[in-house]
Amino acid sequence: MADMTDMADTDTADMANPVPAPNPVPAPGTASAREVSRRFRPPVLVALAASGVAVIALLVVAGGWLTPYDPGQQDLMRGAAGPGDGHWLGTDALGRDVLSQLVAGARTAVVGPLCVAAGALLLGVPLGVLAGYRAGGLFDAVINRFADLVYAFPAMLLVVVVVGTIGDGYWFAVAVVTLLVLPAQIRLCRNTTLVQARLPYVEAARTLGLPAARIMFRHILPNIRPTVLATLLLDFGGALISLSGLSYLGLGVPPGTPDWGELLRQGQTLLAVNPYMSLAPGLMIIIATVGVTLLGDWLYDRGTAGTDPR
Amino acid sequence: MSITTFVLRRLASGLLLLLALSLLVFALLDASPGSPLQSLLGTRPATPELVAELRARHHLDEPFALQYLHWLSDAVRLDFGRSISVQAGTPVVDMVYGRAALSAELAAYCLLLVLLLGVPLGLIAGIRHGRTADRSISLLATVGFGAPVYALSVVLLYVFGVALGWFPVYGAGEGFADRVTHLTLPAVALTTVLSAVVVRQTRAATVTVLRQDYLTFARLRGLSPARVLIHYVLRNCAPPVVTSAGMLLIAPLSAGIFIEQVFSLPGMGSLLLTAVAAEDLPVVQGTALLLGALVVLVNLLVDLLGFLLDPRVRLHAAGEH
Repeated sequence: MADMTDMADTDTADMANPVPAPNPVPAPGTASAREVSRRFRPPVLVALAASGVAVIALLVVAGGWLTPYDPGQQDLMRGAAGPGDGHWLGTDALGRDVLSQLVAGARTAVVGPLCVAAGALLLGVPLGVLAGYRAGGLFDAVINRFADLVYAFPAMLLVVVVVGTIGDGYWFAVAVVTLLVLPAQIRLCRNTTLVQARLPYVEAARTLGLPAARIMFRHILPNIRPTVLATLLLDFGGALISLSGLSYLGLGVPPGTPDWGELLRQGQTLLAVNPYMSLAPGLMIIIATVGVTLLGDWLYDRGTAGTDPR
Repeated sequence: MSITTFVLRRLASGLLLLLALSLLVFALLDASPGSPLQSLLGTRPATPELVAELRARHHLDEPFALQYLHWLSDAVRLDFGRSISVQAGTPVVDMVYGRAALSAELAAYCLLLVLLLGVPLGLIAGIRHGRTADRSISLLATVGFGAPVYALSVVLLYVFGVALGWFPVYGAGEGFADRVTHLTLPAVALTTVLSAVVVRQTRAATVTVLRQDYLTFARLRGLSPARVLIHYVLRNCAPPVVTSAGMLLIAPLSAGIFIEQVFSLPGMGSLLLTAVAAEDLPVVQGTALLLGALVVLVNLLVDLLGFLLDPRVRLHAAGEH
């Protein structure tokens, strides 16, 4: 029992709702040597997650050369069928090769979430740092009320209703998802910046008369990088879940686009004929989202292990 | 802060949230493609009588703000109009009532499974902190936390419904036993995703509680491990778990859209999706606003429960004012 009680807890801080860390200088003896080495060693699981993500990245970049068939090429004589005849994962109702659609779908699955993460980085991070540095101002209050509003309702419900009713295609959906991701990203950056802004190095920089923008982006930003990176990965994963989910519901990509969610939806009606048509994209979505989550958690733990005694 | 002020404050902020949601939901009519009149006509022929009736019913000749006020005063009395295309002519409220029971049953089943599985697993992980049991449970929780419910559901549907044939793959079933069999796979899929959060919360709470001096003291006094576990650990783990209970009650609603689609269940989620696909705006507005009201109500109850369960929240709130 003794080793259990003096071990530093690593999981009390919730990623979505971080408690501002009280003191970034580790009190002597909070983390044992064993604990620190455990945190820095990449576990097997993280290696697995990284290779899963790397494979998907490879499909995105080199997918065009890897597909055995043209993903749109139909073979109506063959129709929906299980694996065989050089079709490793079988064919869909129109006789299109499932493996080729799966490989081509990687690009569709990743592009939207990448844009969401980019939006979170380019808009959410600067606004969050600004809100944290000028905490208590009008902007800070507005952001917090908006975040409350978004947190209060199930985001997916809003996305389905707004995208489904206004229905202006895939990029509109990407914009809506970005808008719903932003408050969480801004608030997280705000809270971590708030902690940093009270530290002596920020005080020193201010005393030296450095401009606020320089302090925020050259001094504070590098110090909150682990948190920012981890949350961007989580944003990416969440956006992949939402956007592929919209396609699964038939509200996402236009029909005919090779997409994992779309493939999952069509494959579900053919589960008895060719189960791989929906199992393969389902597993790809799971690998991508769980992989990104694991990587984000690990980066966060590693990046904050030395500085943050959570 | 007295309990009355607490409730009143939360009630006020809940009402403000609902007001914001109602504005968004009402604005859908103007934001949807085509004119509001076209949206309300749907595929029905635009006879002069129908057009005149719709204009009068929805106050289309008045400015937006007045339209909204008329609509809101009807909505407060649960009058969201009649369905255009999904069940043409049926009042929206009746349609929602017809679907609510199944969604509630699914949510209750899921909540039961989460409490029976998630809380004990989190306790075990917390007590065995850093050991193999903890690592395996935490891994499962991460998978459940990261994986989307629809992908998990389709995999479960194939393995247990199609390949093994243990559970039905379609519909809601008749009668109690049949209903339970039909709802088992959807509930398990939802539980996997929801347990993840409960396991994490319970584990973190257990680890924190186990480090407290009063626990060491309880053990020193020679209290039996069972008594320590139940009276000290479990009781002090309750507040964070109750806080996540709000999410547990709300998540089946949003995840329900997917679950009900995967397993062809006629619940609230599938009603919303059907209405969205059919562009049946009164049904979309009514369902969304009623779901929103439910979310606000659940959050209020959970806050209240946390207030009653944890004296520290009360003291903190008292110190604030």
